[in-house]
Amino acid sequence: MNTLAAIDPRHAPAQRLRERLFQGATFAAALVVLLLLGGVALSLLVGAWPAFAHFKLGFLTREIWNPVTDQYGALAPIYGTLVTSFLALLLAIPVSFGIAIFLTELAPVWLKRPVGVAIELLAAVPSIIYGVWGLFVLAPVLQRHVQPWIIEHLGPLPLIGPLFHGPPFGIGVLTASFVLAIMVIPFISAVMRDVFETVPDVLKESGYGLGATTWEVIWQVVVPYARTGIVGGIMLGLGRALGETMAVTFVIGNAHRIGSSLLAPGTTISASIANEFAEAVGDLYTSSLIALGALLFLITFSVIAAARLMLLRLGRRALSSV
Amino acid sequence: MSRRLLRKLVNVLALGLSGLATAIGLFFLGAILWTLIHSGLAGVSLKLFTAMTPPPGSSGGLLNAIYGSVVMTVIGILIGGPIGMLAGTYLAEYGRTARISTVIRFVNDVLLSAPSIIIGLFVYELLVIRMGHFSAIAGAVALAIIAMPVTVRTTEDMLNLVPQGMKDASTAMGAYHWRTITSVIYPAARSGIVTGLLLAVARISGETAPLLFTALNNQFWSTNIAAPMANLPVVIFQFGLSPYPNWQQLAWSGALLITVSILILSIAARLVVSSLTPGGNR
Repeated sequence: MNTLAAIDPRHAPAQRLRERLFQGATFAAALVVLLLLGGVALSLLVGAWPAFAHFKLGFLTREIWNPVTDQYGALAPIYGTLVTSFLALLLAIPVSFGIAIFLTELAPVWLKRPVGVAIELLAAVPSIIYGVWGLFVLAPVLQRHVQPWIIEHLGPLPLIGPLFHGPPFGIGVLTASFVLAIMVIPFISAVMRDVFETVPDVLKESGYGLGATTWEVIWQVVVPYARTGIVGGIMLGLGRALGETMAVTFVIGNAHRIGSSLLAPGTTISASIANEFAEAVGDLYTSSLIALGALLFLITFSVIAAARLMLLRLGRRALSSV
Repeated sequence: MSRRLLRKLVNVLALGLSGLATAIGLFFLGAILWTLIHSGLAGVSLKLFTAMTPPPGSSGGLLNAIYGSVVMTVIGILIGGPIGMLAGTYLAEYGRTARISTVIRFVNDVLLSAPSIIIGLFVYELLVIRMGHFSAIAGAVALAIIAMPVTVRTTEDMLNLVPQGMKDASTAMGAYHWRTITSVIYPAARSGIVTGLLLAVARISGETAPLLFTALNNQFWSTNIAAPMANLPVVIFQFGLSPYPNWQQLAWSGALLITVSILILSIAARLVVSSLTPGGNR
């Protein structure tokens, strides 16, 4: 028996050596994970340095993006990233909340698993598929049926009216937000469902015992109990939306300007990089794109870190699906 | 009485809306799948798997792209998988309570949700600039970096499921820790670890952003991993955004291929997991 070899004293030194080697290998691998994040941050900083040194703070505040005159400012992509992600969350949060409630409190047992798996599969579909689908299916539908209605009915409104002016392009900020929303729904609802499941049954039962309706139990017992986890899940979805590349690149139109209308084409940080990086000539151009990447890294890192810290308290087992 | 009615009404309304939300989620999954099948199947023929990506206007297939995707995914998982498994082993066994493990877990979680285009930029700086040109190996490394955190997480979770009694029994036999891990814990957690690897493969085989400026694309058959190589996601990206109908058709077929393989992988991974945890309600 091979395993018994360990007991034989003659083999002890060899065993100890292997033990040390194996332990060293696992530790080294763990360090790789640690160093990787540092390496990513460092390489982005180094690559972005020429752009930051050349444009100083102006890089953050200028809207211009002109490869011909070598003038670059990150304001339009930053604006696009923030606006699309914000709108996507606005659309995705209520739907995800509903799905999570349905899966934890409403669905009969036989329906729970298939529906849960279907929603998780939606998360497994690669983002480029969402992009192709968004461009060829969703954008024409929005252009023909939804955007004219929006322009006609929301355009004349005071305050928010200017957001919905202009011709229905089909592609643009609003369409990108829509596709992003569909993409982050499975992530947010998976986290919310896992968080809801951590609510002790006895709490809910005492709510029912007092005569509360299902909705009252959800709103007054489950949601307050799971508040941190809900926020954590939303921020995880935000991190996803901020950094999402392919789905957005297809439908946003890649226009480096800040349009007042949500129907107009725009750009995001990741879409700019995806569209232009491989073709960027000139050091300053490349460096400016990497600088965009560094900004994206900074933004998403803070959001994800905050989300993970919030979710940390819930224990890791409950969140294995994200 | 009317207050009671109101409460009931609110209840029915809220629960109805949550059912509606679920229907919306399922509708989009259905809509996407239907479009893929409808538009993708039209281009599925033997030629899709035997011919190279064509120039605009002439017919062709996706052979070089399929080959490239498989090669890069395999190399990616061969690099990222073992490192991830070892790191997961450290977190679950040797460093379970070490302070550095808390940091590593946190960093791993951040990497798990980091935008993949950032990883692409990183590998561009790390490899492409050094080598002076785009290459399949750079693409594979980018994929490995994305696969690694997935593997770390699932390996750690799965090793933690192995009963402490089994580990103690092995230790009591006089086995060293490495022997316990390789001869007792790994076999006990095998299907779980395989699941993690399957999920990692599913994750990286559809990744596009990190390949855009690492592996780039190649219109021709190439087996040289030091040179640019075609791959399905980037081909879908370029062909999908092109104005040529035959390219767009190939993009749809490629999209169908990728999605079907990823869905099969994900479902397979879930079946393995559910056979592992009887009584789990998911």
